[in-house]
Amino acid sequence: MKHLFNGLIAATAVASVLAATTAIAEEPRHGGTLKTQLGNNLRTLNSAVQSGIVTGFPGAQLFASPLRYDDSWTPQPYLAESWEVSDDGLKVTLNLVEDAVFHDGEPIKSSDIAFSVKVIQEAHPFKSMFAPVTSVDTPDEHTAVLNLAHPHPGLMLAMSGQLMSIIPEHVYGDGQDFKTHPRNIEDVVGSGPFKLTEYKNGEHVILERFDDFFIEGRPYLDKIVMRIMRDSSARAIAYENGELDFGAFESEPLIINRLKKVDHLTVTPTGYGAIGALDWLAMNTTKGPLADKRVRQAIAYAIDKNFIQNALMQGTVADSNTGIHPDSPFYNADVNNYAVDLDKANALLDEAGFPMNGGERFALTIDFGWPAAKPHVEYVRAALKKVGINVEVRASADFPTWAKRMGTMDFDLSWDAVFNWGDPSIGVHRTYLTSNIAKGVWSNTQGYSNARVDEILNMAGKENDPEKRKALYAEFQQIVNDEVPIYFVQTLPYHTVYSNKVMNAPVNGIWSTSSPLDQVWLKE
Amino acid sequence: MDGAVNFLRVTLIRVFYAVILLIAVLILNFSLMHMAPGDVADTIAQAAGGIDAEALEQIRREYGLDQPFLVQLGRYIGNVLRFDLGYSFFYSDKVTSLILSRLPATLLLVITAQLLALVVGVILGVFSARKPNGILSHFVTFLALFGYSAPVFWTGLLMLVIFSLMIPIFPVAGMRDVTIEGGFFAQAFDIARHLVLPMITLSSIFLALYSRLARATMMEVLGSDYVRTAKAKGLTNRQVVYKHALKNSLSPVITLAGLQLSAVVSGAVLVETVFSWPGLGTLAFQSILARDTPLILGILFFSALVVIVGNLLTDLALRLVDPRVGGKK
Repeated sequence: MKHLFNGLIAATAVASVLAATTAIAEEPRHGGTLKTQLGNNLRTLNSAVQSGIVTGFPGAQLFASPLRYDDSWTPQPYLAESWEVSDDGLKVTLNLVEDAVFHDGEPIKSSDIAFSVKVIQEAHPFKSMFAPVTSVDTPDEHTAVLNLAHPHPGLMLAMSGQLMSIIPEHVYGDGQDFKTHPRNIEDVVGSGPFKLTEYKNGEHVILERFDDFFIEGRPYLDKIVMRIMRDSSARAIAYENGELDFGAFESEPLIINRLKKVDHLTVTPTGYGAIGALDWLAMNTTKGPLADKRVRQAIAYAIDKNFIQNALMQGTVADSNTGIHPDSPFYNADVNNYAVDLDKANALLDEAGFPMNGGERFALTIDFGWPAAKPHVEYVRAALKKVGINVEVRASADFPTWAKRMGTMDFDLSWDAVFNWGDPSIGVHRTYLTSNIAKGVWSNTQGYSNARVDEILNMAGKENDPEKRKALYAEFQQIVNDEVPIYFVQTLPYHTVYSNKVMNAPVNGIWSTSSPLDQVWLKE
Repeated sequence: MDGAVNFLRVTLIRVFYAVILLIAVLILNFSLMHMAPGDVADTIAQAAGGIDAEALEQIRREYGLDQPFLVQLGRYIGNVLRFDLGYSFFYSDKVTSLILSRLPATLLLVITAQLLALVVGVILGVFSARKPNGILSHFVTFLALFGYSAPVFWTGLLMLVIFSLMIPIFPVAGMRDVTIEGGFFAQAFDIARHLVLPMITLSSIFLALYSRLARATMMEVLGSDYVRTAKAKGLTNRQVVYKHALKNSLSPVITLAGLQLSAVVSGAVLVETVFSWPGLGTLAFQSILARDTPLILGILFFSALVVIVGNLLTDLALRLVDPRVGGKK
């Protein structure tokens, strides 16, 4: 039996090697225009001053970052051909590719790295990424040393994707405000594989191949046309009739499942791990019945996740039971999944001192901030009615109305979606730290406070030993899963769609389209 | 001479009122935007996929959102009086250049859709008025009600499914295919091709309005004395309808069309969204959702200006043309 099993492994290995060789056999072709889309209007093309998935796409084409990541979350050289972290974790040295140039032909120097760090610290929305960086030394033109106040393992992921865009000091360092610099939207000078041809607000971004890109022979594409298309149904038709070759962040179950049936299209949810978009039910833990952990647990037991994932989302999402995306190496799968159990829910509510009184125990409100979440909150209302919790759905006129309610903790329950953005120290800590309670939308809006969680997160943020760090985050996930300040439901159903002539689509990384498309090529 | 002075005086008074009205529009809308919950810092956070508390405060400080209401309002009105509509918070670009960059697309869409609706609507209306109980009349009535009651985004998507997917003769979205190379005519043809579906979709609402109005007024006119006189003189039916009746039945239709000036901003929002048409309507809509006060006020200021100037010109033209309007008592 064992022999047979080994044989099977060997056969599989041979098969995969064969598959790999056939894949290699197809020589990438230069040329062609990739027709793709942006699902919303851009604030700016300068990804050093703006995060988010919309700016991330053109941003990662225009600007190179020091590192890039493969699908096993291992850093790979990009603009930095190598890097070292000192033993005490206080110095991170980047050795830059020697002949790299900006789009205007000027060399990319270590002083540009120092400048970019300064710009990001001042103007980027994610302050925690580079907060521990006290200074950047530039011993020579190709070496940049980031000095840290304390060890900061999150820096590695913060140096990839679109989070650390290297921008030229000689263009953006002219004294104008970084955020409103006129060259953030026109005559952009970047360091990435593609340069800007034209940007028209509300219409398109057109990029063309940068011939002096620092990776020999890349990129393969001559041109990328990104059309701003806000209507998902129109985008779906465009994929089908060939007006779009490629697109990411499609998130409507009906459309995803329909496009899966189209012959010439591939539709896949892989490659979104570092974006890390999680869909969940937030609870205000500071007032009323929800201040009791047992009530929050009862709510988790009363809601049937399967119904949300399979009936509402039609199987387009992945299960997620903690605040970390299931694709992340830090994800702890060994937690309670709160399989639906009404008896347990009722028992917990009784125990918490909320007896059933004429079919009702108490009343709560539930909010939602965007139309796609409406079915979810309607379902939660129906599900909680079964255990005697009367839920009133409060609609918000628009996103800012909801954001205001969340930011000021004016809610009981709310549907919410929050992004991990690579390292937990960037996009996870903010939701749980006591010091970040009620600091606006997507802060710790649950008012959650647990001294051990604060301690773990502060330690994990500075722990350079990967195993120890993993153990800390595992414990953190155990605690928040048990205390349910948030009932973790699923990932957002982000999918990438591409036609069969698009090769090496960016679905094998972790940053989706917030990563360079220098390896993508088009079949004739 | 007396008449000319009077005319000038009236014009100046009208202009004076127009300026006051514009400022009132600005103050009212500024207050409304201020009362709406949430601010642009929240929507910037949304676009950024989350934002640190420190950065949120930074944005509010930079855009002066932490100042008292009257200070913010005073600053804004001050800038407008210096002909400066300011910077869009959300797009970090000049409000005027954003509006001007979006205006041509909207004008093209709205004007062509209006013309199409006007011409086709009047033709259909006149035809059905001639035989009010005929099969064509019923068909026109059905078409009008259908066009008016079907939600315009639904009509748009239906058009897309039929003419872009099932019979792929028209492109799905946008105003041009940037991959097309060629001279002026190639580009113009390309834009025309992109224009067809959104134009038809948008005109479907107006079509209903115009055809019903044209039908009603035509029927009324056909029953009037001078038409009977014309018929009695022995003119053919065709001459009576197209030479005598049509001219007189057109004026209400044209008045209505004039009133649609404001549609430059409002009417096209949904159509622009469905067809990814890069116009002013979507910009206005999104700037409200984004709480981008300078941009939305700029657009409202601009559209108020268009309406006021339009009305002023109509009024003055009427005074010149029709001595009964505003003459000496």
